[in-house]
Amino acid sequence: MTIAAARMLKGGTVCFVGIGLPSGAANLARLTHAPDVVLIYESGTIGAKPAVLPLSIGDGELAESADTVVSVPEVFRYWLQAGRVDVGFLGAAQIDKFGNINTTTIGGSYGKPKVRLPGAGGAPEIATAAKQVNIILKQSRRNFVEKLDFVTSSGIYEEGSGRASKRGRGPTTVITDLGIMSSTPESRELVLQSVHPGVTVEQVKEATGWNLKVADEMKQTPAPTGQELAALRELHARTAAAHGTVATSE
Amino acid sequence: MAELVTLREAVASLVRDGATMALEGFTHLIPFAAGHEVIRQGRRGLTLIRMTPDLIYDQMIGMGCASRLVFSWGGNPGVGSLHRFRDAIQAGWPAPLEIEEHSHADMAARYQAGASGLPFAVTRGYVGSDLPKQNLKIKFIECPFTGERLAATPAINPDVTVIHAQRADRAGNVLIYGIIGVQKEAALAAKRVIATVEEIVEDLQAPPNACVLPAWVVTCVCHVPEGARPSYAHGYYKRDNAFYVAWDEISRDRERFRQWMQRHVLSTADFAEYRRSVEADANMKSHA
Repeated sequence: MTIAAARMLKGGTVCFVGIGLPSGAANLARLTHAPDVVLIYESGTIGAKPAVLPLSIGDGELAESADTVVSVPEVFRYWLQAGRVDVGFLGAAQIDKFGNINTTTIGGSYGKPKVRLPGAGGAPEIATAAKQVNIILKQSRRNFVEKLDFVTSSGIYEEGSGRASKRGRGPTTVITDLGIMSSTPESRELVLQSVHPGVTVEQVKEATGWNLKVADEMKQTPAPTGQELAALRELHARTAAAHGTVATSE
Repeated sequence: MAELVTLREAVASLVRDGATMALEGFTHLIPFAAGHEVIRQGRRGLTLIRMTPDLIYDQMIGMGCASRLVFSWGGNPGVGSLHRFRDAIQAGWPAPLEIEEHSHADMAARYQAGASGLPFAVTRGYVGSDLPKQNLKIKFIECPFTGERLAATPAINPDVTVIHAQRADRAGNVLIYGIIGVQKEAALAAKRVIATVEEIVEDLQAPPNACVLPAWVVTCVCHVPEGARPSYAHGYYKRDNAFYVAWDEISRDRERFRQWMQRHVLSTADFAEYRRSVEADANMKSHA
């Protein structure tokens, strides 16, 4: 999943990176095929080149390796909302067919939720102000749902939805542990384009809480290369050594 | 002019029950020592403002200091949930917690508006989000020049803002560097400012464009070495990521959390003693 997501980032892209899976994928891209990708974290670190993956969005490693460190108001105003970001790279707790994402509450009501999640962070403005958005998350019926419990950040543009000030194209690509979905201006919803090696289209549909549209010509995600796997393992091993935790490879 | 006082004196004189209070620091330079002192002095009914509540607000909420929280992301970064924050919202423990929820871009803009003396902030925010349905402070206006629909939210002007910084000089000028977050805006938006610092120096040696809060906008400066631990101070010490991981376990259970806070925060006189208490526990574990 991380390798498939990393491949989505082309060299020279300016990418606003969320913490966790997005940060892992974005840094793997930088360490393999896209050394000149520009990574911006919401802590104000622009052009960060961390040797180990940060645990938080503002680890010292990000500041020390950045081209420049700006304030938080500045990063959201001059850099994100002004339209300087090519790709926003986000994670999510729940997603629907339009790429709307939920990171706020699960179950119950907003005031009395069953599970209270961390909330919006930078996502609502990243999702709409970046020229396009990639989302990375694990896929199951539990989090790929017909209707979100709460729309934290909006997805693909819908005609007549009153989103007049939306500037970017929204979530164009969703990368999961099973495959890759993308939206086009014609489809206006996520369409399965590629399945990972060893995964069937049926499995992906089974792990989706709505009737997932499938591309006419299904592709198979190319298997990870030795170079990609080695770079990912080294990155996780360095990170685990730095944070005193156990390396995980996804 | 900033007064050089102890943290105990600063909190006692500037933080009242029911006050609106911001402790800022975006992952970096989080004012833990000041948060602990508020807990020790038993403040109640606070409106706590912070973009990323983090462990210090988890502790303050769990100890019953807050009745209201204004925030944009409430998690344990890279680890998972803030259990005390969740318990307060989901089950009202130890007291009901009213929440006012925004996005990061908006919170940053609201502090900027507060620092600018403007009544409200404007962002290209919340397009298509459900947040404005739950938070009635988020309104939409039409740009008088282009007709674009934009989000408007009221300025933040805390009674007190607390920040932690690397250095102050004897006059009380405060230097902050590295990830500077929203501290300058949060300080200039507030009626009173407490700055805890790693060092008091003769000469700040600040480059011309450095982020310096002049002494005349700071109310109190307190010398509290390592006062941001377990977060970090660029140039002084690294983030204690292992503690952030350990907190998940400590805070999960109400009773264990209370015992931990009693032992390390309520039973210690100040942050230096708290640090010794926590380190003694850590050493015992590593030799077990």
